[in-house]
Amino acid sequence: MSSPSATAALPTPMISRNEPRTAREPGPPARPKGAPPWQDWLFERTTMFFTLLVLFTLVGIIAALAWAAVPAFQKFGLGFFFTNIWDPVKMEFGALAPIYGTLVTSAIALLIGVPVSFGIALFLTEMCPVILKRPLGTAVELLAAIPSIIYGMWGLFVFAPVFGDYVQPALTKVFGNLWILGPLFQGAPNGIGVLSAGFILSIMVIPFIASVMRDVFEIVPPVLKESAYGIGATTWEVVWNVVLPYTRAGVIGGIMLGLGRALGETMAVTFVIGNAYRINASLFEPGNSIASALANEFNEAAEPVHRASLIALGLVLFLLTFVVLACSRMLLAQLAKDEGQQT
Amino acid sequence: MNVETVAARAETPTQGLAPAMPKMSIRNLDFFYGRFRALKNINLDVAERRVTAFIGPSGCGKSTLLRTLNRMYSLYPGQRAIGEILLDGDDILAPGVDINMLRAKVGMVFQKPTPFPMSIYDNIAFGVSLYENLSGRAMDERVEWALTKAAMWDEAKDKLKQSGMALSGGQQQRLCIARAVSVKPEVLLLDEPTSALDPISTAKIEELITELKEDYTIAIVTHNMQQAARVSDFTGYMYLGELVEFGETDQIFLKPKRKATEDYITGRFG
Repeated sequence: MSSPSATAALPTPMISRNEPRTAREPGPPARPKGAPPWQDWLFERTTMFFTLLVLFTLVGIIAALAWAAVPAFQKFGLGFFFTNIWDPVKMEFGALAPIYGTLVTSAIALLIGVPVSFGIALFLTEMCPVILKRPLGTAVELLAAIPSIIYGMWGLFVFAPVFGDYVQPALTKVFGNLWILGPLFQGAPNGIGVLSAGFILSIMVIPFIASVMRDVFEIVPPVLKESAYGIGATTWEVVWNVVLPYTRAGVIGGIMLGLGRALGETMAVTFVIGNAYRINASLFEPGNSIASALANEFNEAAEPVHRASLIALGLVLFLLTFVVLACSRMLLAQLAKDEGQQT
Repeated sequence: MNVETVAARAETPTQGLAPAMPKMSIRNLDFFYGRFRALKNINLDVAERRVTAFIGPSGCGKSTLLRTLNRMYSLYPGQRAIGEILLDGDDILAPGVDINMLRAKVGMVFQKPTPFPMSIYDNIAFGVSLYENLSGRAMDERVEWALTKAAMWDEAKDKLKQSGMALSGGQQQRLCIARAVSVKPEVLLLDEPTSALDPISTAKIEELITELKEDYTIAIVTHNMQQAARVSDFTGYMYLGELVEFGETDQIFLKPKRKATEDYITGRFG
């Protein structure tokens, strides 16, 4: 909120308060009990203070992280980001494996979560019988209310054994011999690993993405949908060609919300990812994510370099989510710009 | 109004044109929003290649009537129509009718312009590609043809790649008419197509309606009685869900048979 526009939007009662008005004078009537002139000033400054508080907190956290991470960068330099080693005994640290794990599990989560969420939102807005709309919608939202530790425990004790016994062998059978895709689905089906973590994450992001998608689909003007139905389009054609382009800003926003959660999720991932600092072609192998590495090791990090390396990992996660957010903003801005000229 | 008089009137030639044949025949039509009976025993014929207008005060059921002609109402649970609507002799209210095919045959244009969130070209190509598999060249020609039909080609030909949502209101509405025409429907339903437009755009669209009736059967709902008088061949006056009077437009406006119709047309009511 900028000060000139804020004051311009308000009627200016200054003159009428100081000078007696005649009955015929046009303009807004004087308020009988006018607010003192400094009230607006105070109000504006107060709200501005609250907003700046957020900014200071953000900058403060980044600065603190960067400062505490300095010893790690002094020792390893930029190589910290590109080295695949994590050895607390020899005090050698490189962030590549957790970065890889974070990105891959989040990508799997979106790959599964986005289509499923789209289907949920589509059914709830376009096809669901009215009686089921509320219960089903609430059920999807309740999925978001489950604490992540529960997802982790369920993932480790219930999901992982079933996944390892039935799903992973089936995946190997179907995809294992394909060119390029094959190596991703080979290896020991033990139920714990990068793919399992991605699956659990996808379940966790679905309620976020689905409820945002449902909300934006509901605000599409009925007459726009009717005019698409009116030229003989099926429900799928209406949703894919009209509803989705109309709501794409909101849909991208919802996906980014889900991605943000997937990148930062700690507890559930820690349970099922395997916590091994390795980069494997196979998605069945254990790996590690930044958040779960931090959760696992902070207690044991006695050496300053170890601590600094963990804090540097945290900084990387911060920057990663920041970049994701910035990219989505730029994508939306580009879409809005294209809207005016080309589609 | 009974069936015989409607049929008899349909035989009479209007304004030197060939005799009007019924394209759609509505028989004993009732419509319900839940328990509310919005249409009461409607009987009339929509004549082929003529403009049929429906007038009446707000809430009289004229838009509802239009929405039954392409079964738009069936998108919403709780809305149902009882009776018969024959399109070339086939009952479109019967179960098992392919609603998407029906809507491709009976196009609709709405009160507010509703361009799709895509380019002008794609706004038209989208509808065409639903039912026809045209090559790039044939599609270009179809888009030009449809835009020409809607008197939009000259304004749009240089900006086909631009978003349809960036056009002015009147242009958007003509784009919507072009879109409705592009799929080559047999019937066009216009639901107050000019009520959101300025007088010049309105005049253009009225001119367009007169041209389009050479190829299409048109049913139009309008609040504007002068518009009904200008563009239509047949007019129905509706009130509280009933068809009070239906006949040739000249007869309805010059010598209405019912007192209620006369009161509405002369502005003593409504």
